[in-house]
Formats: sequence, structure tokens, C-alpha cells
Amino acid sequence: MAELSARHGHAAPAADRGRDGATAARFDALILPHLDAAYNLARYLSRDPDAAQDIVQDAFLRAYRSFADFRGLSPRAWLLAIVRNCHATWRMQHRRAPQSAPLPHGDGEAPEDAASLLVDGDTPESLLLRRTEAEAVRALLEHLPEPLREVLVLRELDELSYREIAEVAGVPVGTVMSRLSRARRLFADLWSRAAPDGETVP
Amino acid sequence: MSTPVPEAGPCAAWEGLLNGYLDGELDAAHVMDVERHLAGCPACAGALQRMTLVRRVVSQEDVRWRAPPALRDSVVAALARERSAAVAQPLARPSGMAALVGRLRAMLPALRQWSIIPSLAVVAAALLLVVLPPRGGSSLEEELVAGHVRSLLAEHLTDVASSNQHTVKPWFGGKIDFSPPVVDLAARGFPLAGGRLDYIGGRVVAALVYRRNGHVINVFVWPAGSDAHLDRAFMARAREGYTLLNWTEAGLTYWAISDLNTVELKEFQEDFLEALPK
Repeated sequence: MAELSARHGHAAPAADRGRDGATAARFDALILPHLDAAYNLARYLSRDPDAAQDIVQDAFLRAYRSFADFRGLSPRAWLLAIVRNCHATWRMQHRRAPQSAPLPHGDGEAPEDAASLLVDGDTPESLLLRRTEAEAVRALLEHLPEPLREVLVLRELDELSYREIAEVAGVPVGTVMSRLSRARRLFADLWSRAAPDGETVP
Repeated sequence: MSTPVPEAGPCAAWEGLLNGYLDGELDAAHVMDVERHLAGCPACAGALQRMTLVRRVVSQEDVRWRAPPALRDSVVAALARERSAAVAQPLARPSGMAALVGRLRAMLPALRQWSIIPSLAVVAAALLLVVLPPRGGSSLEEELVAGHVRSLLAEHLTDVASSNQHTVKPWFGGKIDFSPPVVDLAARGFPLAGGRLDYIGGRVVAALVYRRNGHVINVFVWPAGSDAHLDRAFMARAREGYTLLNWTEAGLTYWAISDLNTVELKEFQEDFLEALPK
């Protein structure tokens, strides 16, 4: 910053510099610590390590530029909402076919065949052929339909409240609840089917 | 592929509440309801165990992706570039127009505060919260927001549902050691929906529920303590997108909270104060 000003032969007005400095420091203190959470969400949404990096980079720039609009959300939820938008932009730019058909309507009462909801035509058994349990969990998560994967990641990995998830995902709280119910039911079903004797409920 | 018969699912009516229970999103009354139901329903108890298993399996540390160090470096570098650009830009075009634009921009926050566009006022107020260091009382506000959200979430808006003030007011009698004034504001566009008991700041409080075009206003009432010097003063705050108004009147502390904008909520407060029996 100092270098650049010197090259222009001007000094930025001290007041401006002070204000920008304060904004930058506040951004670094509030938003930057959530880099891992941002990458985690971008990675689970895009399922592509390179794209996830681009999305996060893009999200941090957008966050910095609109930091003045930072609302009453928690800093993490605010950043994750931006990450989600950047992912949607990336998806559009790359003209990816949606990775899953729109979520079949389920009122949460009729039992549904969990495996039929898996994206990419995998079977639970093939997903579980992983070296470690964590890798198997990642694979299972990545194969859940996106709306369900999203709420499960935001709730279990980011520990956001329903209200925050609703803000991030741009849906009503009631939708968050029903998606979370379905996501957990689906995950539990696939997990028990794929690891019949590995994990048992105590 | 043959499908094993799925384990008996939870009672349909309870599944949402079970999730809310696991996630700590229920109020005390619903927590007790769920625990009572769990004690007598093996299907729901099993479902809760499966949900807990999902939590344990998914929230393992190694499931979380971590940003590669290179990404961290490039984000920090990109932010640094952005910052130096922001400083250099005004110097690059010191025209009269740019100065005018700059001044207009500087005035914007002031304009927004008085704008009738509600969200902008909320944004401005929320910014204050970010700038200021955490104050005492913020956890009370958090509790109030949580109380409001839970009342909407668990469909536990009212214990006594009535638009008649003469039904709602006596209902509180005997349940709490003070008598909240219940006024009818239907004529002012804030119909009474009912009342309930809530738990805020370690004590049982009265909650009056009013509506405004599909929005809900919760008014939490309890006897004023040491903060009674605030008599008739009020404070407006914004928190998580909700507006809170606090005032004290005749020995009672009031907190009104809603997703209405500050202007409308103030209107409500004024109508409420005006309708109080003198």
C-alpha cells in the first residue's frame, strides 16, 4: 500500500488511510478466520478442489467489497452466504448440468428409497470402499443431493443455527428443518446399509 | 437392488421436533414435551439415536476440508491488492465529479438511516453493533431474539390464543407475580393474537403477541429492576435482522421484537403506550 502511494507521488490523506486501515483490520479479525469454513463449504458444494479455491478467492474479494453491508448475521454465516452465491455463479459460468434433478418432493412421511436419491449413480456399497471412515463420510456426503448436503454441512460441520442456515441458503426456517430431517434420515439409511456391522447404534 | 426393510421411522408428527431437540432449537416447554414422548416411544427414541449417530459420524474432524496453505496465501495477497487499489483510486481521478460522488457517498449512511426503506435502516443499525465492542445486555438481546425465533419455529406462539384483551389479561393471573397490561390495538392495525409465558434472563416473563400483516410482534414484559431509571426512554436495536425496542413504563420493562422495520415497530410502541390505561 505504501509502495503504491509512493510510486504515484502522493500520500493518501491520513484520515482515509486510518479508516481503510481500521476496515481492513476489522475484516481480518472478523472474516478471515473463517477461511477454512469457506473452503469446506465451497468444496462440498462444487465437489472440485480447484473450483473450490477459485470460489473462495472470489468470495473473499466480494466479501471485502461489500463489507460495509455486513448485516446482523454472524460473520461466518455472512461469509458462507457469499460463498454459496459465488458457487452458484461458478456453476452458471461453467454451464454445468445440474448435478441432480430437483429434489423430489417428499413430505418427510413416506419412506423413500435412499439410494434412488444418490447423485452420479453410485451405490452406497461402492461409496464405502474407502480407506478411512472420514473418506467414506466425505464420499457419502458428496453424493447426497445438493440441497440436503448443504444443510447437513452447515449444521453438522459449521454448527450454524436454523436461522443462520435459512439466511445462508435463502430458504425459510421451515424448509431448513424439513431438509435437515430428510438429510439425516437419508444419511443414516445409507450409512447403515453400507456399513451393516461397522457402526451400530449403541 | 433389494432394499432391506427400513427401521421403523419416528412418528411423523415428531420428526421435526426431534431434529430441533437434537439441535438445541426448542424452547423449554417443547424440550419437556419431546422428552416425555421419547420416554414412551421406542420408534422415536431409535430415530433420535440414528440422528445422533449421523452427527457423530459427520462431524469428525477429518471430514472437514481445510483450506490449502496456498489458498490462504493467495487470498491474503488478493486482499492486499484490493486494499492498495482502494487507496490509489481516488488519487487517480481527482476531478470535481469524483469529489462530488465521494461526498454523496459519504452522505449515504445518513440518508439511509432516515430512509423509509426498512432494511437499510436495519443495516445501518446492525453496523453499529459490529463497530461497537460487545456491551453488557447483548446476551439478554440474544435471549430475546432466541425467544422470538423459537416462538415462531416451534409453533408455540401463544398459550392463550385470543384477540380479546379481556381473555388474555386474566389468563396471566396466578401464573406470574405481576399483571402485564394487555391492550387491544386492532384498530391501529396491530391485532392481538394472544399471550404466553416465556423464560428470559432467568425468570418467567409474560409475552404478548401481536400481528401486523403476517408479521409477528412479541412483547416481553417483566417488572423493572435496577434499570427502572430508563422510565419511558426507549432503545432501538437490530440484531440478526430483527428489530428490538426496549422501554420502561410504570415499573414494567418491555421488549418488543419483530422482523418489522424500526419505523413500524416504533409506531406499534407509540400506539401501545397511548392505549395503556392512564
